[in-house]
Amino acid sequence: MLDPQLDASGNLIHLLSTEGLSKDQLLRLLDTGASFLGVSDRDMKKVPLLRGKSVFNLFFENSTRTRTTFEIAAKRLSADVINLNMSTSSTAKGETLLDTVDNLCAMHADMFVVRHESSGAPHLIVDHLRRTGRDDIHVINAGDGRHGHPTQGLLDMFTIRHFKGGFEGLHVALIGDILHSRVARSDIHALKTLGAASIRVIGPQTLIPTDIEALGVEVHRDLERGLKDCDVVIALRLQRERMTGALLPSATEFHDRYGLTHERLKIAKPDAIVMHPGPMNRGVEIDSAVADSPRAVILPQVTFGIAMRMAVMSVLAGGGA
Amino acid sequence: MPDPKQLPDAEQQIALLAEQLRPVFERAPETVLIGVFTGGVWIAERLSQWLPSHPPVGSVDISFYRDDFSERGLSPNVQPTSVPVDIAGKPVILVDDVLYTGRTTRAALNELFDYGRPQSVQLAVLADRGGRQLPVAADFCAWAVSLPDNANLVLTRTPVDDPKGRLTWSLDDA
Repeated sequence: MLDPQLDASGNLIHLLSTEGLSKDQLLRLLDTGASFLGVSDRDMKKVPLLRGKSVFNLFFENSTRTRTTFEIAAKRLSADVINLNMSTSSTAKGETLLDTVDNLCAMHADMFVVRHESSGAPHLIVDHLRRTGRDDIHVINAGDGRHGHPTQGLLDMFTIRHFKGGFEGLHVALIGDILHSRVARSDIHALKTLGAASIRVIGPQTLIPTDIEALGVEVHRDLERGLKDCDVVIALRLQRERMTGALLPSATEFHDRYGLTHERLKIAKPDAIVMHPGPMNRGVEIDSAVADSPRAVILPQVTFGIAMRMAVMSVLAGGGA
Repeated sequence: MPDPKQLPDAEQQIALLAEQLRPVFERAPETVLIGVFTGGVWIAERLSQWLPSHPPVGSVDISFYRDDFSERGLSPNVQPTSVPVDIAGKPVILVDDVLYTGRTTRAALNELFDYGRPQSVQLAVLADRGGRQLPVAADFCAWAVSLPDNANLVLTRTPVDDPKGRLTWSLDDA
């Protein structure tokens, strides 16, 4: 089956998932991100690549950081950005997702940045556009349900490459709420393709999806064992708003067993970096002392996120990678 | 069309271009050299060595300013633009290897002005091959040559990563 992200000649024209992207495509995106890094450092923080294009931010789920960084990225490419808060829009009045899309197409949209609580919603939009012959409109998945958050995955890869120089031989650990984490899935697919030596997921059994080993990861219930010799430690937010039923006794108990502390970090390599996709729950999945330490690269992640989103938008709009 | 086997020596042409530029830098020593990636940067670095005042060299990659982005997309290896000094109020010599349609020059000017408002900009090129599509002209030129549209005139450096590498011309039919 044709990857819905690609056009007939195999060019990337939508970004739905890091799964299915080739190593060359991933590296091309990371290299392009690197070239955009300098733009944000200039006095004139704009280049004219997407001048005259309209980017619609369709956020069916709350987000501040992701929506803002997408908005900044589009504006630094000189696009016009229209933010739609779908929870207060026509969808709330009963309009279907695809009717909303059709209406925005009639407003001459060039790109949709979509966040949705349902896995697969951006894919549904791509299928609809393709069926109705509007495949020149690009779709970027900004997080769908538990499925994927590919731009976060890409900015994580960018951060790892920036601080570690590459991926070969790297041991990477993802800690905490893997079950609800679309970031974890996007990271795992990208790390696998880019050739990390090992990918470990660490957390309580209730927060680790069954059969996740099929993605080629090691599963650890024991934090100490999982952290041994790690180069990169990614703490994930405990997504309590998505938890239905008794998955956890309490946040305190989670912190006691899986919270990232300086003491536990000693088990990882001495030069290991600590990442977090945000927003952080200090004192739950990560200690304040760790989050504020020089090993934490959480704020560089945010800066790199803008460059990577500029890269994704310009690669899609420019005919693909 | 010249014989591809008997092209002029690019290194000698740079020396010639440096002689043309010398009075500019004597008159206004604060003048800045800005090369257009990739060949223009190589030439600008050479010119800075030839000129007595060794002026600072900047570089622009025009990939983000091209007028054919929507048709051709982004080139895979965008180099970082680096303007080492504040160009506002200073005379600038923009340096490129080949002047052809003039579109690169237009894009480079647009990018340059995002870094500041220079006092003036003049264009120095190693080769002017004709075929202009925009009202652009070189102020300094070492080699005027008329080439058909299908000809591909390229400046190469051997070895490519060596700043002292030898610059040579190659010419073929596209």
